[in-house]
Amino acid sequence: MSEQNNKKNAVEVENLYVEYHSGGQVVKAVNGISFTLEKGHTLGLVGETGAGKTSTALALMRLLPDRVSHMRCGVIRLKGDNIMELPESHMNLMRGSIISMIFQDPMTALNPIMTVGDQILEALKIHNAEGLSKEQLNRKVDEALELVGIPASRKNDYPLQFSGGMKQRVVIAIALACSPDILIADEPTTALDVTIQAQVLALIDVLKQRLGMSMIMISHDLGVVVKTCDDVGIMYAGELVEYGSVEQIYGDGPHHPYTQGLFGAIPNIRSKSRRLTSIEGLMPDPTDLPKGCKFSPRCAKCMEICRVTAPGEWEQDGHRIKCHLYGGYTE
Amino acid sequence: MGKYIAKRLLLIVPILLGVTIIVFTIINAIPGDPGRRLLGPAATQEQVDALNESLNYDKPFLERLGKYLSDIAHLDFGESYQDGEPVFRKIVLNFPYTLRLAILQTVCYSILGITLGVFSAVKQYSLADNVIRVISIALAAFPGFWVYMVALLVFSLYLGWVPSSGADSWLCYILPVGCAAVLSASSLQRLTRTTMLEAIRQDYVRTAKAKGCAAGTVIWKHAFLNAMLPILNQVGINFGYLLGGTVIAESVFGMPGLGTVIITAINAKDVPMVMACTIFLAAIFCVLVVALDVISALVDPRIKAKLVKR
Amino acid sequence: MKTKGQEKQSIKRGRGYEIWGLFKRNKPAMVGLALLAFIALVAIFADVIVPEELCYTFSGAPLETPSIEHPFGTDNLGRDLFARVVHGSRVSLLIGFGATILSLAVGAFIGAACGYFGGVLDNVVMRIFDVIACIPGMLLILVLVMALGRGTENLLYALMISGVPGYARFVRATVINLTDMEYVQCAKSYGTSNFTIILRHVLPNALGPIIIMLAGSVSGTILAAASYSFMGFGVQQPAPEWGAIIAASRQFMRLAPHFAVLPGMAIVITAMSINLMGDGLRDALDPRLKD
Repeated sequence: MSEQNNKKNAVEVENLYVEYHSGGQVVKAVNGISFTLEKGHTLGLVGETGAGKTSTALALMRLLPDRVSHMRCGVIRLKGDNIMELPESHMNLMRGSIISMIFQDPMTALNPIMTVGDQILEALKIHNAEGLSKEQLNRKVDEALELVGIPASRKNDYPLQFSGGMKQRVVIAIALACSPDILIADEPTTALDVTIQAQVLALIDVLKQRLGMSMIMISHDLGVVVKTCDDVGIMYAGELVEYGSVEQIYGDGPHHPYTQGLFGAIPNIRSKSRRLTSIEGLMPDPTDLPKGCKFSPRCAKCMEICRVTAPGEWEQDGHRIKCHLYGGYTE
Repeated sequence: MGKYIAKRLLLIVPILLGVTIIVFTIINAIPGDPGRRLLGPAATQEQVDALNESLNYDKPFLERLGKYLSDIAHLDFGESYQDGEPVFRKIVLNFPYTLRLAILQTVCYSILGITLGVFSAVKQYSLADNVIRVISIALAAFPGFWVYMVALLVFSLYLGWVPSSGADSWLCYILPVGCAAVLSASSLQRLTRTTMLEAIRQDYVRTAKAKGCAAGTVIWKHAFLNAMLPILNQVGINFGYLLGGTVIAESVFGMPGLGTVIITAINAKDVPMVMACTIFLAAIFCVLVVALDVISALVDPRIKAKLVKR
Repeated sequence: MKTKGQEKQSIKRGRGYEIWGLFKRNKPAMVGLALLAFIALVAIFADVIVPEELCYTFSGAPLETPSIEHPFGTDNLGRDLFARVVHGSRVSLLIGFGATILSLAVGAFIGAACGYFGGVLDNVVMRIFDVIACIPGMLLILVLVMALGRGTENLLYALMISGVPGYARFVRATVINLTDMEYVQCAKSYGTSNFTIILRHVLPNALGPIIIMLAGSVSGTILAAASYSFMGFGVQQPAPEWGAIIAASRQFMRLAPHFAVLPGMAIVITAMSINLMGDGLRDALDPRLKD
């Protein structure tokens, strides 16, 4: 990969595997995914619970619990640095300033015994490379709070004094305090009321534009993804079964049967049909994945070959599908 | 907050009243009269009756209780049956020894127990964790008095490193403090390990890591401060009990202290002395509990919100 | 992951079987159980192992070191220590289990009643327990012993009484949690009597946590009993009891260390076996608590 490419891409992941070892069992959470995120773009990772979305995100932060998890991978490059080779102290400096993360559940993501101001200040202090004074840092705390729409006067309040939506705003303020280049938003709205969800999403979008960040948006809500993302990856059982631009994924072209199933499971106001189609069955047990295509047991279009060999990747203009249906196109 | 503390401190008065009534009732269930007990079988009935009268023992129970309560309301705790001295003199004279021993023991076992507990939690299932856990479980089975004796046998009688009794030099404190530190640290280690394991799993710890906090900051500032309250509470309550329970260490190592005073008083059936010691220790205990609640409220705003609302 | 067949089997054989299965796999717990069984057998067959008179007869020279004739040596009066330690196991186990179980029974009864009925009864009893909790535990027991008089039985009662508030509080909290459960509400709606509800629905479901607490405190009670006997408030000489034997050995520590060390080992092994078993029981009954 050329030097220029490195600069253009905020995130490059090649062949990432994540496994959890627990009580003699091996949970294969992520099974060889690769993707790149262009600078300034937003990538949506979509899939059911347990598809390996969060594991992927934690791998990018290098925050997987080290006792039970094993990360096998070609490369994870953040702004050109391969984080697999970085010492922990260096990685600490990258977390928060280069790459940041907004967590799923704002109710538990904040330290209950620290004021929100202190929690933001802590991030600023760690990444205070310019050697700002205490007053300057405090001013930055105020700015960070106001950026997410919280009056700076509330910085001495504790998390318990905030509502769910406000807590998520604080979490966002912490994540953005040091103006990271890459932001991972892990289902930032699933734990919130529907009325608050739109607000928070709009806020994230505005901030992303203003700070010029690249973003990975993890969601199981296709509606959210189409509004915010440039590229979309559909994950199933630890694999990226389909990857492409929003137009490609939401367009009428070829699709992975799982993607089709996902769209069939979403109510559409415009379509006349009253009934939703659901995908039969459950996600496979990650300790005991099926041979061949991992979606084959649930796939309506399953063929003989699907049960035996894992499908290769079909690709056209950056639109990638892992399915035997398009096997003829495999390079 | 100030109002809350004042309210809690005022509440101690009825609690102490309750303690006094309960202990007074238990002690008065002692068969026989104090006159006969004090003077022995050789005394004549007249002498015994006279003493009983002077001790108010001829009056009915409720009247005696009333008299005692009104006396202590005037801070008159009576005189010791043993030597006729005001009971509080003896308590004030001996309490500093007990306090010193209890503080030293508490500080040492807390440091040992908490450090090992945090270490165990951070390195869960490692070899070191397993070794610490086995030792900790084993130590829970050792009776304190026996460990004191064996330590005394080895370090004082055989090796002669420390004196075998007294409290005159700091050397005297090594064995009682050391043994208690090791024994009490075992249960604290287990508590710390459990609460830390719980805390380490919390989402806010992950948030702290995602901010870029170094491992030490994550463990101590974020996880430990949140896990600390149950630990602090156990240490605090234990300290209260320890003030009344250093008696075995005092006895084995021949040190002066409140424990010895209590045991002598119990042996002599010295009712005013026992009553005064009980009320004194219960009062300290109550203040300690209030202090622990206040500290908890200062550390954790959730507790503060709950307490102040109530 | 369990297969269907296994699941069916465990349902058929009941929860007890499942718990035993979990317990059996826990090696330290099994060691504890074996040790405890051994100590219990020693206590039961103490008279067969060594006649009780040997505890009291002066069969050797004072402070003899262990030999074939006197496996644990002799005490300061020339009594056989082995006989005294063997027979001492009876008192320790009796007080340890007796005081704990009695205390649990009384505490569970009071706690269940308070938790289930609530109201004035609950308030009054809990306030009394609050007050008692402010008296340092050791002082409370000493005061009780002072009132009841010294001796084995009275120590047992004192230990029992001092344990009641703890159990009552615990059972009360459990019962309050459980009475909110739907199956209890359901039984109430059928018109089941209060007593039946407590007996049939509430207590059995509180059993797991109660057993865990019980197992955790038996060894503590054994250690406490030995301590009070050591201080002279429990079992009185010449009756054989581990704490009392150690107390008698104090002046002869230097001359005859075995006199102090061997009975101490007996206490340690007993308490440890119960602790190991208790931990295993806890893990088997409530896997969530496992660390």
